Amino acid sequence: MSGSHPNSKGRINVVHIYPREMSIYGDLGNTRALASRLLWHGYEPVVHQHHPGNDFPADAHLVLGGGGQDSGQARVQDDLAHNAEVLRSLAADGTAMLMICGMYQLFGNAFITVEGERLPGIGILDVTTQGNAKRMVGPVVLETAYGDVVGYENHSGSTQLAPGQRPFGTVKSGMGNNGSDKTEGAVTGNVFGSYLHGPLLPANPWFADALIKLAVERAVGEPFVPGRIDDELADQARTRQVRRLVR
Amino acid sequence: MAVAAGKAARVASRLRGGGSALPGLVVERLDPRFLTHALADLPRGVVVVTGTNGKTTTTKMLVAILREHGLTVFTNPTGSNFTRGVISSMLAEVPLSGRLKADIAVLELDEAHALKFASAVKPTHSLLLNVARDQLDRFAEIDHTAKLLAELAEQTTTGVVLNLNDSFVSRIAGRVRDGVKVIYFGVDPSIADRLPELQEADVRFEDGFRPPMPTAADGLLKPYDERSFEVRFGSADRVGPMVLKQRGLAAMINATAAISTAKALLGNDFREIAGVAALERVEPPFGRGEVIDADGQPLELVLVKNPAGFTVALGTYGNTPVTTMIAINDNYADGRDVSWLYDVGFESLRDRGVALTSGVRAFDMALRLQYDDVAVADVELDLDLALKRFLTAYKDEPKRIFCTYTAMMALRRNLAARYGLANFGEDAQP
Repeated sequence: MSGSHPNSKGRINVVHIYPREMSIYGDLGNTRALASRLLWHGYEPVVHQHHPGNDFPADAHLVLGGGGQDSGQARVQDDLAHNAEVLRSLAADGTAMLMICGMYQLFGNAFITVEGERLPGIGILDVTTQGNAKRMVGPVVLETAYGDVVGYENHSGSTQLAPGQRPFGTVKSGMGNNGSDKTEGAVTGNVFGSYLHGPLLPANPWFADALIKLAVERAVGEPFVPGRIDDELADQARTRQVRRLVR
Repeated sequence: MAVAAGKAARVASRLRGGGSALPGLVVERLDPRFLTHALADLPRGVVVVTGTNGKTTTTKMLVAILREHGLTVFTNPTGSNFTRGVISSMLAEVPLSGRLKADIAVLELDEAHALKFASAVKPTHSLLLNVARDQLDRFAEIDHTAKLLAELAEQTTTGVVLNLNDSFVSRIAGRVRDGVKVIYFGVDPSIADRLPELQEADVRFEDGFRPPMPTAADGLLKPYDERSFEVRFGSADRVGPMVLKQRGLAAMINATAAISTAKALLGNDFREIAGVAALERVEPPFGRGEVIDADGQPLELVLVKNPAGFTVALGTYGNTPVTTMIAINDNYADGRDVSWLYDVGFESLRDRGVALTSGVRAFDMALRLQYDDVAVADVELDLDLALKRFLTAYKDEPKRIFCTYTAMMALRRNLAARYGLANFGEDAQP
């Protein structure tokens, strides 16, 4: 297929990196949500899946990654190192990215295993993760620039932000980056890292649309013109979780 | 003393209409060696059935085949697949001496409790079904679940039955003790292309592992159509054709696992005619496609607990679309994380839409359906109200409810009271 859909306000390239190895907790739902919302807003989403060993898709407007298990993480390590320069220059250039859980850790400076081994990340986010015997598991509510955000965390890594690194949100319920400093996730430019599954975007449409706005402005070079979307179900799902968890 | 106390607790909890594990808990506390003692010296041994999906169905099928061969079989039929559930069901049958009178025990245990059980009683045989994403709250990772199954295989003393087509399971062959016999069940190569709909992708590094070529001891499923099938052993020997009461490929694979295990256990005593007769009579276990007569119309209850299971259920029932309700809770037994709903495709429900979503996460389910363009007519968090509305508004048509575990328990209690059904988890006896 070539050429845009006749009624489309523009074509947006969404790249999901490592969907096979790193999307164990439903994180593909983020890609699904963005593709649906782009369509509902009147844009034309084109979803690319990037697998280890393939060439990285050109013209990425939005890059997504998810969580995996240790074996999946090991499996993508080489490809990520190979494409680190591409991703770093996309990030520096203002491309919107959302990295969840395992990919959030790999976008940091390093992951230090329980045994003390240092596995390098690609250093887009100024965070370092320490492996832990104890898992941080459970529902989460955050306060963020996009209002209350709900999700579900399930990680054994404990992440520290370097001085000056902005978090994605402040923990109102749950553990967050490390269970002690109330921070959750990290934001540098338009790159967002977070531990939240759920998946994150369907129940938090304001944040989803913020990513879409960034991607659209980059792709078509014009301001984002939102369509009308009925988010009643998302709002109900989210506010009910907030009410259950935060008192 | 422990046995008597447990029996008393069992009576008490039945009078209350309560859960099935409480009496087991009483005994577990009073006498931790109860299990070891009760199961010692069963003439045909102790079989443990475990894996992510199909435990209850497969256990039921295996027990039916063995009983059809005249054996006295002890089992835990309530789907109460934790060790104390096993103890609870045992209390009904052990005399006060504490020794079970049976030829063989066939026990369904979840992956973690299977190991806990093995630390008290070494199974003579284990049947390892599959590994899929399920309740990551408890098991954290698929690789970890696979490891639990391998550890169970290591502790098994006589024979291990493995899923040939699930590489998480078939590779366990290398882990059994010397002298322990390994056999496999699987599917005929002609239907291998249908397996991805049932299975988890193995994303580990290539390590040169190749599943073995099946031999005449291993059962392979060969379906004729959506309902009838046979199980082939080598090129000459076969069991079937037969038709199960429960529909779908997953049920046929469970039957293949049960037949293969029964053949291994019975050896020359195995009779094909008894195996087929038993399997064709097995009623689907509660919540696995059980059909209730609701005011003259069939109401199907389908338990869904992980992406593979929900996908299989949608595929199985997709051929006969009916008015549908989906009930999702997020208690511990359901899995507290509902992210997995996004690993299931709901397109097959698009034509008719969904009448009602319910349960604690009713809005999350409705939201999930919105992203697949499946219309949802109504959302009601309260399960009793939702059920009442569903039964009333769609009185004159067949209905189906997909539900997570604790939602199913609540719905079942309500339906049992409304339609006078058998006690929870027990089959109505003719």
